[in-house]
Amino acid sequence: MNLVTIALKSIKQRFLSSSLTALSVSLGVMLMVAVLVINGVVTDLFSQQSFGFNLVVGPKGSDLSLALSAIYRLERSGEPLPYLYYKELQQHPAVEKAVPITIGDLTEQGGFPIVGTNSEFFEMDYSYKKPFRVRGSFLKTPWDAVIGSRVAAVNGWDIGSEFKLTHGGVKDHVHEEKFRVVGVLAPTGTPNDRTAFVSIAGFWGISEHEKPLQEAINRLEKFRYTVPQSLRDQAEKEKQPKKADAHAGHNHADHAELLDEQKEVTAIFVRTKGDTGFAAIRLAGEINEDVRAMAINPVPVMNRLMSLIVDNIKLMLLVLTSLIVAVSAVSIFVSIYNSMADRRHEIGIMRALGARRETVFTIILAESALLCLGGGVIGLLLGHGMVAVASPIIESRSGILINPLAFEPMELILFPVLLVVGSLIGFLPGLAAYRTDVAAALSE
Amino acid sequence: MSLVLDNLKKSYREPGGGTIPVLNVARFELKTAEQVALIGSSGGGKTTLLNVIAGITAPDSGRVVIDNIDVTGLNEPSRDRFRALKIGFVFQTFNLLPAFTALENVLLGMCFSGKGVDSHRATDLLKRVGLGHRLSHRPPQLSVGEQQRVAVARALANHPSLLLADEPTASVDVANQNTILDLIRDACKENNVSLLLVTHAPDVAARFGRIEKLSDFNRL
Repeated sequence: MNLVTIALKSIKQRFLSSSLTALSVSLGVMLMVAVLVINGVVTDLFSQQSFGFNLVVGPKGSDLSLALSAIYRLERSGEPLPYLYYKELQQHPAVEKAVPITIGDLTEQGGFPIVGTNSEFFEMDYSYKKPFRVRGSFLKTPWDAVIGSRVAAVNGWDIGSEFKLTHGGVKDHVHEEKFRVVGVLAPTGTPNDRTAFVSIAGFWGISEHEKPLQEAINRLEKFRYTVPQSLRDQAEKEKQPKKADAHAGHNHADHAELLDEQKEVTAIFVRTKGDTGFAAIRLAGEINEDVRAMAINPVPVMNRLMSLIVDNIKLMLLVLTSLIVAVSAVSIFVSIYNSMADRRHEIGIMRALGARRETVFTIILAESALLCLGGGVIGLLLGHGMVAVASPIIESRSGILINPLAFEPMELILFPVLLVVGSLIGFLPGLAAYRTDVAAALSE
Repeated sequence: MSLVLDNLKKSYREPGGGTIPVLNVARFELKTAEQVALIGSSGGGKTTLLNVIAGITAPDSGRVVIDNIDVTGLNEPSRDRFRALKIGFVFQTFNLLPAFTALENVLLGMCFSGKGVDSHRATDLLKRVGLGHRLSHRPPQLSVGEQQRVAVARALANHPSLLLADEPTASVDVANQNTILDLIRDACKENNVSLLLVTHAPDVAARFGRIEKLSDFNRL
């Protein structure tokens, strides 16, 4: 028997009120833990400080929108770039590697984003000195697909599985063409885990992905490319009415290969030559001066998003949850303080048995601290449980993967804080115990 | 000498500003292992006397000497420690903690002594008062007589040299009165503990070899 045992006995004696007060603390801690874990995952995701490329080149518009669509696949892409622009950029003397991507479609099963690209995509590290690892092979033929670990796990796909795409994510608009899984990526902790990569050649080969020639010509002219007369003639021919049902029962192997002028890319990942990054800055400046496209370094863009929005939301949520914990703390204080009148006799007995004033003070303090810490531990478990329940919903709505077992270092700070809060709460009731008149308390 | 009260005075303040004298003891002695019944009427200062002896209430003047130590000269923490180690207390209303089992109530007495708890001794004491089968029962699950036996075991837990009993049989039925009294007296005899038992019942006092009337030496 020691002072903690005595405090625990006292808590047990007032089980209902103790449980309710501890529960109020645990609810506050639960919310705080959930906020911390979700925020930690979001921060990790958007605070990636290095990629295997220096620049993302995309259509003119919002830099944030380009980063969110090209890297995080969280937003719909803007107007695509002509494939010829990619070819032009590939030839730029400052460019070491340029990898095109096309996005917009989703897997029919599971609704995971599709990225059309080529095998060079996987030659770039997904993070600093972290190369892609694959079971199977990377993209080789036009109808090959490499899927992220999450796609494989959720859809139950493996090498050899075949799947279809929904056009632009419209549920009822399913492309007939099938892609075959040839590789499964090892987990990366990035949006690549929930992405299905298909060969860009196959992506272009999908029957409804080819751009009408006239539209393609218009786009090329906007990008100041010279359009040969033969192509204009072909566009005129295309405008003639076609036979009905010409597309029925088609096989994707029957499609004539798309002309380069008709091909489009959503964005281009660029790795510049040299290690200093000056080449990237110069190239970005050059691209951005032009009216045709935009180049961004995703790191500062995402940092801006973090500092402007995510950090502020996190702060607001933490303040709110702290207030909840504070309200819970007040309820513990009220509960213990109110119980002091009933406990004067008990305190008198302990003092008569030889307990010092400091001893009874410590018992009350321990009781309060135990309630806070107990509530904290339950809150910690409930918080992770809450994340476990919420993570599939968050993933389906935002595409952000959240590991319920992810542990935030801030969670460790919670316990010393709760201990301090518990001690503060117990101070006044403890003082009341300290000042108890033993003779008077015994006669009650 | 186990207990000496020397020129002990205690009075309480009245709300109006005056004082009510409660104790005025010129001299009182209790030898080691001696057993004394102290008779007094209600409101005669019996409980105050026990509280002053135990160091719970400070006297206005005079000395309380237990085992040659002037308790009134000790500071409060030392008095608390002294009380835990040297004085056993049996109350009229038992004063057991309801959330604790019989065994835990006895251990609680040891817990504050600073010597650590001894579960074997606590169990043994409870067995000796006939509660070996009630160790894990809480006070509300025990009869009145059993509760007072737990209180006796608790009072003896720290090997005290003086046991103060404040009307220990007042709350128990007649059948249990003698049992409790015998228990307290036998336990004190076995452990060489001096006993000062306060009562207002002449039949209880009659069982003691030495009977003192509080009014005889408390000159108010």
